[in-house]
Amino acid sequence: MTTPILEMRDIEKHFGSVVALAGVSISIHAGEVHCLLGDNGAGKSTFIKTMAGVHRATRGEMLLNGQPVHFTSPRQALDAGIATVYQDLAMIPLMSVTRNFFMGREPVKGIWPLRFMDMGFCDRITREEMQRIGIDVRDPGQAVGTLSGGERQCVAISRAVYFGAKVLILDEPTSALGVRQTSMVLKYIDMVRKRGLGVVFITHNVRHALAVGDRFTVLNRGRTLGTAARGAITADELQTLMAGGKELADLSAELGGTV
Amino acid sequence: MTEPNSPAALAAKAADERLKHASALTRLLRRPELGAVLGLVIVTSFFIAIANPVMFELSGIMNFMAPAAQLGILAIGASLLMVGGEFDLSVGSMVAFAGLIFAACLVTFGLPLPVAIGVAFACAAAIGFINGQIVIHTGLPSFIVTLAFLFVLRGLSLVGLKWATGGATQLRGVREAATRTPLDAFIYKIFAGDAFEGLFAWLAAHDWIAKFPNGQPKITGVPVEIIWFVGLAIVCAIVLSRTRYGNWIFAAGGDPEAARNSGVPTRRVKTSLFVLTACCAALVAVLTVLDAGSTDARRGFQKEFEAIIAAVIGGCLLTGGYGSVVGAAIGAVIFGMVLIGLTYTAIDQDWYLVFLGGMLLMAVFFNNIIRKRVTGER
Repeated sequence: MTTPILEMRDIEKHFGSVVALAGVSISIHAGEVHCLLGDNGAGKSTFIKTMAGVHRATRGEMLLNGQPVHFTSPRQALDAGIATVYQDLAMIPLMSVTRNFFMGREPVKGIWPLRFMDMGFCDRITREEMQRIGIDVRDPGQAVGTLSGGERQCVAISRAVYFGAKVLILDEPTSALGVRQTSMVLKYIDMVRKRGLGVVFITHNVRHALAVGDRFTVLNRGRTLGTAARGAITADELQTLMAGGKELADLSAELGGTV
Repeated sequence: MTEPNSPAALAAKAADERLKHASALTRLLRRPELGAVLGLVIVTSFFIAIANPVMFELSGIMNFMAPAAQLGILAIGASLLMVGGEFDLSVGSMVAFAGLIFAACLVTFGLPLPVAIGVAFACAAAIGFINGQIVIHTGLPSFIVTLAFLFVLRGLSLVGLKWATGGATQLRGVREAATRTPLDAFIYKIFAGDAFEGLFAWLAAHDWIAKFPNGQPKITGVPVEIIWFVGLAIVCAIVLSRTRYGNWIFAAGGDPEAARNSGVPTRRVKTSLFVLTACCAALVAVLTVLDAGSTDARRGFQKEFEAIIAAVIGGCLLTGGYGSVVGAAIGAVIFGMVLIGLTYTAIDQDWYLVFLGGMLLMAVFFNNIIRKRVTGER
């Protein structure tokens, strides 16, 4: 098996006396969608924030292409190619698609004080990137607020991809979307995978996970209950695992063998 | 998935076609300064219809452009700050305070003009910086923090004036103190009087503009505050719409959290905007104190509200993240036109205040509708 792009080993995270993560391990491979499932409070958010450099793990190892790394800021993680699209998308509805796309990373040309944003370039790239994912932005100057929820999600993802993400962490990208919007986003996640990125797809919707996932890891009360490959687990089994039902213990043992 | 020819798909397609056709109109509606331009057209037509035609002669235009320029400089700062998501209610008091510092440096301490200007700007910038830091670090609304400074600075101006003059609230003798050396006199020309006097004399000599019987042009030049106003408006409009910093201003005002997550130094942007707004007030202080030759405690009284109203007329949203420098500048011109224009009519000039309130209400109403249409908010 090839070296994973990103491997998290026995990650623990304590907030004072609260143990938010009690040993979570997953490995993310290029060209794979790794679904991270769990009910509310399972530690999904804490875990992705640890991957994204927002939190520092109390214990555990993080390996990027087999090399141990320690991120102290989100910026460092981003520079290493780990991009996170949070639920709020970091999009500003009143600003144009172009301005949002390049927010914080505006290309400039000219010499100070005559150094301006290269709007022509920005508009062209935005239109091209949107077309690539099948969204026809008639006018990249239109405000993001005019886009649908799914389109916004896709803009946020394509922004991360364009700026060189190798690992893309998506925090519940489908949670607030309708059926058609969801299928649009799932289709795009599939495209991103085909471009060779490793995708971490956080969700608590088992059907969305099964639609695109290659591997499934279930988190419960700060622990991994194991990772299953596609085809080795059914929707019902995932659902039960997430809910943490009575059969939890035996199912967990069953799953352990499939990693 | 829907069938390609199902009614729903066809409807969606039709809706898209319609959007395509409307895009030129949408693009026009999307300009935040649209409301201000409409307002300017309405106000101009009103005065062309009922005011003495002298108002729109060169001399009349200079008459209303001078106060418009003074307000406009404040409004430009206010609009940038509003786009950045904050308010500064202390700019009016800042004009008085910076005016006091400036005049005291010149008259009381006998400092050279460039030094006095530098000190006035430095004090204003420092207070702007403090405003910004308080807002950023406490998370309190800038409305409250700067409201406190509205009173603090007005009070300090009164106390300072009494100290500098030995009990009066007016400090005179600025003009004499400002032109003691050739360098002072040279700098003085940049901040006071008229510009392009040679050009106007030449135009009068060739009968291009109105002149007195003795050959002197009726208008000897463009008051410098108008030059400052136009220059500042152009520079700030370009900065806001065409530079990286401008994009950061929009981002910081639209959603500070999202902006920070995208790598925008939100705090630095907001602090710099508070400093800029305060410096605009200092510029107005220097211009008006030199023009009047004295300073007093009522200088800049209620200008903070007029500046914010001009910015709102210019399309700035009270919630930040949207607005225009050009719009705010046009808003200030509308103000000047009504303030001075009423004197060219038979209408009581105090209707000005009624107009002010009415215009604000209309502008906010109009902006709300436009924003909802443009951003697809529901």
